[in-house]
Amino acid sequence: MSDTVKIIDFMGLRKIAAVVSFVFIVISAGSLAFNSLQFGLDFTGGALIEVEYSEAQPLNEIRATLEGASYEDVVVQTFGSPTAILVRLAQDHTSTLGDEVLATLRAGTDQSIELMRSEFVGAQVGDELREQGGLGMLLALGVVMLYVAMRFQIKFSVGAVVALAHDVIIVLGIFSLLKLDFDLTVLAAVLAVIGYSLNDTIVVCDRIRENFRKVRKGTSVEIINLSLTQTLGRTLVTSLTTLLVLLALFFFGGEMIHGFATALMIGVLVGTYSSVYVASNVLVLMNITREDLLPPVKEEVVEGDEMP
Amino acid sequence: MLNKYPLWKNFIIVFVLVFGTIYAAPNLYPDDYAVQVSGASTTTAVDQALLNRVERALDKAKIETFGSEVTPKNLLVRVGSSKDQLTAKAVVNKALGDDYVTALNLAPTTPEWLVSMGAGPMKLGLDLRGGVHFLMEVDMAAAVKQRLEVYVSEIKAQLRAEKLRYRGVNSKADGSLSVKFRTEEGRDSAHTLLRREYPEFLLTDEDAADQFLLGVSLTDTRIREIEDYAIKQNLTTIRNRVNELGVAEPLVQRQGRNRIVIQLPGVQDTAAAKRILGKTANLEFRLEAKTDAARSSTEAFEFREPGRPDATIEKDIIITGSSVSNAQANYDENGMPQVSITLDTKGGKMMNRITRNAIKRRMAVLFIEHKSRTRYVMEEGVEVEKRIPYVEKRIISLATIQSALGNSFRITGLDGVGESSELALLLRAGALAAPIYFVEERTVGPSLGQQNIDLGVTSVQIGFAMVLLFMVVFYKVFGLVANVALALNLAILVAVMSMLSATLTLPGIAGIVLTVGMAVDANVLIFSRIKEELKNGMPPQSAIHAGYERAFSTILDANITTLVVALILFAVGTGPVKGFAVTLSIGILTSMFTAIMVTRSLVNLIYGGRAVKKLSIGWEV
Repeated sequence: MSDTVKIIDFMGLRKIAAVVSFVFIVISAGSLAFNSLQFGLDFTGGALIEVEYSEAQPLNEIRATLEGASYEDVVVQTFGSPTAILVRLAQDHTSTLGDEVLATLRAGTDQSIELMRSEFVGAQVGDELREQGGLGMLLALGVVMLYVAMRFQIKFSVGAVVALAHDVIIVLGIFSLLKLDFDLTVLAAVLAVIGYSLNDTIVVCDRIRENFRKVRKGTSVEIINLSLTQTLGRTLVTSLTTLLVLLALFFFGGEMIHGFATALMIGVLVGTYSSVYVASNVLVLMNITREDLLPPVKEEVVEGDEMP
Repeated sequence: MLNKYPLWKNFIIVFVLVFGTIYAAPNLYPDDYAVQVSGASTTTAVDQALLNRVERALDKAKIETFGSEVTPKNLLVRVGSSKDQLTAKAVVNKALGDDYVTALNLAPTTPEWLVSMGAGPMKLGLDLRGGVHFLMEVDMAAAVKQRLEVYVSEIKAQLRAEKLRYRGVNSKADGSLSVKFRTEEGRDSAHTLLRREYPEFLLTDEDAADQFLLGVSLTDTRIREIEDYAIKQNLTTIRNRVNELGVAEPLVQRQGRNRIVIQLPGVQDTAAAKRILGKTANLEFRLEAKTDAARSSTEAFEFREPGRPDATIEKDIIITGSSVSNAQANYDENGMPQVSITLDTKGGKMMNRITRNAIKRRMAVLFIEHKSRTRYVMEEGVEVEKRIPYVEKRIISLATIQSALGNSFRITGLDGVGESSELALLLRAGALAAPIYFVEERTVGPSLGQQNIDLGVTSVQIGFAMVLLFMVVFYKVFGLVANVALALNLAILVAVMSMLSATLTLPGIAGIVLTVGMAVDANVLIFSRIKEELKNGMPPQSAIHAGYERAFSTILDANITTLVVALILFAVGTGPVKGFAVTLSIGILTSMFTAIMVTRSLVNLIYGGRAVKKLSIGWEV
């Protein structure tokens, strides 16, 4: 490799990075434990209706209308614009609730109200969706670990999975801290974060493996630094293009895709950081050496008979 | 020579390119609003004459139509706007009456030459199109319990027939039965008998204080069979109901062990939909009236098939559908089609009491359905659409009683397999069904659907434009090459989605946007590699070669792992997660092709096979 490349000493900061990651994870886990996630309708069950008023309507009036009709535990909020109103009701209601609420709202105002959507999810379905989501996440992590262990080496696989778990916990933690709604689309985003962050980590690991085999001099930390420096440009450019499209989704994709874009943006930022600091940090911790990565020596048997 | 692609590789690329463009093209043509008319039953003819009637009616109502089509099953009339569409539906409904079902639909406008190649637009999910999604759950515990009730009477009959004395049969809360005996010998012989007769039983001996118990429970295989039957029975009923609703492209499908998904695009009135879906049919078994019977005690009904004479039957009901626990089409000893019917205990007793005095008389099975038809009535000066419920009764079977009937009997002498399976289907539809509940319901209004499409398209366009701009600024000529590949990727992705008739949803669009962002990653990897090699002093041609070569395995690993995650998403996800996983997986595959093969071919065309001093690949990082 050329000596003109200025190698950045990423691993010099590895202890600080470890502390930063650790603090983030503790805060996230703490918030998840105490605040839990603000699960959306998909996971809690219940009913929701979204209506479009012809003119903006004070929320407390709508609330009063509904409470006047003896609905309890009603959450009324705007959804994207002041005329779009979202009404959420707790789960112990029947499945005809949506139509009844709409009728109540129509009776309570002389404005025209248009039904945008109405959803009802049974409590049991909500529980199952939550279970499936968790299962999917664990399965994804497991399969990835297996693939990386096969394709690379067990230490890389530990590094990759630690990095993924790190990203997922922090994304969930931020959602819990900011009390953002966690629904099925956000779950899809979190799983996409696993895919994205993995992509990043694999690229870095690939280069580390290549350099361990190619560069004969230097300590493990030096080789990791070299690899991170070489891949830094790519890591940043890809994160940037992905962030660009996510910004487009966030600002122009509409209210229903907001949580999705938010989760992925956080995920891309955390994932970029983790592919530089978390996976390689784990490799250093586990004392990765050149010997771990040498291709297994193939024993060859040469036939005794020579060709005539 | 370095960086020259063989002809065949370029040929493949051009082929895929043309292919992708053609199959993506239908999505550029916006759908027309249309009204679809189909027959209320399968025998109602849909033909040119009907189309003429429809067009005349619409002409009178001053609604312009165009591009009408007649297919064997239904006919389609296109109109100019969504407002016209609603008016047209009402007009056609009134003109044709109850023999036809009128539904709102969207008609694709794919040009003839594309249709002839099998190309068509992507299907839009309910969130983009508007409509209702229901998830219904069949109460499996109740289904198994219903079946056990039947077993109770069968066991009793068996034991009586073998003269084995028992003290009682109880069904327990855990879904098993317990038969009480006075003596151990009695229990043991019953054990042997039941094991021989019912391989689907799991038998256990229990001894209590002064009695001997035999525990009977069902094997897992048998329970699964009962569950499958319950689901299928409900599926049939729901499909019939959905047809009555008049929905253009309904989806009724089993999901998992005990659920049924129903998707009704374009339906807005969920209350009506639920009322109709929740209804079940019923059966009544009655004797044919004697010729000298009093007029007041008989009723005449038309037979199921036109052409057969009406039958006069007694008003007294032997049993109703709630006593029927199973009906299956199969064959008798001579290989002739027949229908086997199983009744529950009470039904079996009633059937036996009536039929033993009615041998050689005929028994009719009456099929009763609660239906509704659309009527237009004036309310406060405005014409509104109303659904008027009514009851339809018809005879589906009229057969001579050969001997006293009991818990299970057969209807033979049917015309063919078609008739036996049709009869079994109707019997099951009217039989006691396992209870079913709504567990999930999502309605998307039509304006929200359109809004979602607009937002989705806008964000794809803006995200796409920003990435294109960034790549050109950052990578110059190479960036341009990557952009061509990216555009192609989008086209191929849409083409593949259209060909698989995958459903596009809002999260699916998010998946496409994400693919756009991540698809350039492969190119970024390659270009960074080329820059690196250039920096290391490699001549341009070799740098291009080495860049592609070395980046390949990295790209492969990175994409395979992401694909694995996408596939898991698809496997465990439902609804929005699935839609996202579909576009993401297809996007990963297509982007590998475009980002590696297509860009290489373009780079080779630009730089390959000649002396190059400098590459236009942006500044150094």
